[in-house]
Amino acid sequence: MSEVVNVQLISALSKAETAAIEAEIAHLPNRESAAISALRIVQERRGWISDESLHAIAHLLGMSAHALDSIATFYNLIYRRPVGRHVLMLCDSVSCYVMGYAGIREALIEKLGIHEGETTADGRFTYLPNVCLGACDRAPVLMIDEDLIGNVAPEGLDEVLARYE
Amino acid sequence: MNKPLTERIDAAEGSGGRVSLDAYERADGYSAARAAITSMTPEEVQGVVKDANLRGRGGAGFPTGVKWSFVPMGDAAGPGHKYLVCNADEMEPGTFKDRYLMENDPHLLIEGMLIGAYAIQADRGYIFIRGEYHDAARRLEQAIAEARAKGYVGDQVFGSSFSVELAVHRSGGRYICGEETALLNALEGKRAEPRTKPPFPPVSGAWGRPTIVNNVETLCNVPAILRNGAAWYHALGVGEDAGTKVFGVSGRVRNPGLWELPMGTPIRELLEVHAGGMQDGFELRGILPGGASTDFLTAEHLDLPMDYGPIQAAGSRLGTGTMIVIDDSVCIVDLSRNLQHFFAQESCGFCTPCREGLPWIEQLLADIEEGRGQPGDLELLEKNAEFIGAPGNTFCLHATGAMEPMNSALKYFRAEFEAHIEQGGCPLRHGKAG
Repeated sequence: MSEVVNVQLISALSKAETAAIEAEIAHLPNRESAAISALRIVQERRGWISDESLHAIAHLLGMSAHALDSIATFYNLIYRRPVGRHVLMLCDSVSCYVMGYAGIREALIEKLGIHEGETTADGRFTYLPNVCLGACDRAPVLMIDEDLIGNVAPEGLDEVLARYE
Repeated sequence: MNKPLTERIDAAEGSGGRVSLDAYERADGYSAARAAITSMTPEEVQGVVKDANLRGRGGAGFPTGVKWSFVPMGDAAGPGHKYLVCNADEMEPGTFKDRYLMENDPHLLIEGMLIGAYAIQADRGYIFIRGEYHDAARRLEQAIAEARAKGYVGDQVFGSSFSVELAVHRSGGRYICGEETALLNALEGKRAEPRTKPPFPPVSGAWGRPTIVNNVETLCNVPAILRNGAAWYHALGVGEDAGTKVFGVSGRVRNPGLWELPMGTPIRELLEVHAGGMQDGFELRGILPGGASTDFLTAEHLDLPMDYGPIQAAGSRLGTGTMIVIDDSVCIVDLSRNLQHFFAQESCGFCTPCREGLPWIEQLLADIEEGRGQPGDLELLEKNAEFIGAPGNTFCLHATGAMEPMNSALKYFRAEFEAHIEQGGCPLRHGKAG
C-alpha cells in the first residue's frame, strides 16, 4: 500500500456511504470506533474493501490507513480482495463435521473447480470456509450470500447452486 | 407459564413462530419492564434477579444479579455513560439457541435489556451480533424501532425519568469476539484481542466505562423473573439450578433440535425423548455437552442432570447447553483434529501459548491421523495440552477451552489414539464412515 494518499481517491466514498457511516458514528463516543461498521457499510455496496476504499474510510474516520488495515485484516467477514457475485461459506465446525462436511466439501470443490479462498473464473462464486453458522440441527449447513441452507447433501448441491447466477 | 423463553414462540406457530409486537404485548409483553422501571429501584431489580439465581447462559454460568451488583452506582460511577452489552455473538460450535430466540421473539430480548439497563443505570445498550446473523439483526433493528415508537426505548421510557438508547452492532467475524473483553474491543472498532483482567468490565469496560456483558438467553430470562418473582423461577428447575434452559442436540440423532426444558433435565431425557435417540445403525460414543470447548462425556454420564454443578463434577461444563452427539462412525482422532483446527484458526494471536501451541497440537493430531504418529506422541500431546490449557498463561480462556475436549478425548478414547500410532494410521478410515 502506498504511503502517499491520493486526494481524489479519498473523495471516493458516495454520499450514501458517508451518510450511513456518519449515522453509526452518531451513537459512538468517537469516530474511530465506527471502523468495523464503516468497513461493512462500504463492503455491502462494493463487495470488498480495495486500497482506495480503505484510504477513503480511514480519512473519514480520522485514522491512519495502516491502523484501519490491521483491523480490516483481523476480521474474516471483511474482504480485502475482490469476491465473486456470490459468496459461499461452508461450515467446517464440529456438528457439520459429524454430519458429513467432508463429502460436501469434496463435491463443492469438484463442482466449482476451486478451493477455499478462491473465486470461479466466471466470477460467480467465491468459496470460503466458515465456523459454526448456528443451525446445527440442520447440519451440514452452508450460507450463500445471506441465505442459510441446511440439510445439504452432495447430490442436492447442483440444485442449490443453480439458484445463484 | 412454565416456558418463560419460548411460550410466545410456541403460541405464534401459525405465523411461523415469529412473535409480533402486538402478540408480544397481548401476552403481557413489556409489563415487567414497565413495572420495574416505574415502580422499583435499580437495587430492588438487582435483588430479584440475584434471589432468582439466574446464571449466565452463554457458557460461564456466573450469577447474573451478582454481576450486575459490581457496577458502581450513582456518583461512584463518575461522569459519563454506562453500558449494557448483549453478547449475541453466537459462535460456539454446536450452538444454535440464541439465533432462535432473536429471530422469533426479538421484543423479549429488548425487554430484558431494558430491565438490565435500568438495574445498572446504563444509558446505552448494544446488541453485539455476529455478522452472519442477517435475519436476526434485521428483526432486532425493526423491534428497536417499534419499541422506540411506543416510547419504550429512548428518552424517558414508559414516561419515567430513565432514558436508554439501544443499537445493534453487526460484527466483522471471529469466534474470539465472544470473549467479553475481546467483544468490547470489537465494539470500540478495534481488533478483537482480549484484555488483561483486572480491571473487569463492570468497573472498566466499553470505552473505559462501567459495562455489563450478558448473553442473549440470559437477558431473555429477566422479564419473566421480574413478572413472576424469584420463588416462581426457582420452582421451574427440577434439579439444583433455577429456571429453564433452551437445550439443543445435534449429531446423528433421529430428531435434532431445540427445546426449552427445566434446568436439571437429565441428559438421557434430552437424547432419548426429545432428540428421539440415535439414528438406525449408529451408536453413541460420547457427547460434548455444551459446545466445542466443553469436555467429552460418555454413555456412563447419561443420567446426569443438565445443571451447572453435576456436569462440572463429572469433569465437563454445561457450557451453552447445546450438545453435540458423537456416534461410532466418527474417528475421535480426526474429530479432535477438526476441533483443534477451529481453535488454532480462531486464536486472536496475541498470547504465545495459544498462537503457537494450538497449531502445533493440530499438526500433531494430523500426523497421528495420517500415519506419521510416533511412540511418545500421546505423552507429548498431554504435556503440551497441560501447558497450553493452564489458566494464567494467557489473557483469556480460549486455549483453556480448546484443551477441554483434547484432554478428555485422551482420557476416554486413549486406546483409539494408541491404535492409530500402532497401526500407522486411522483404523476407521475405510470402515463405517467410508
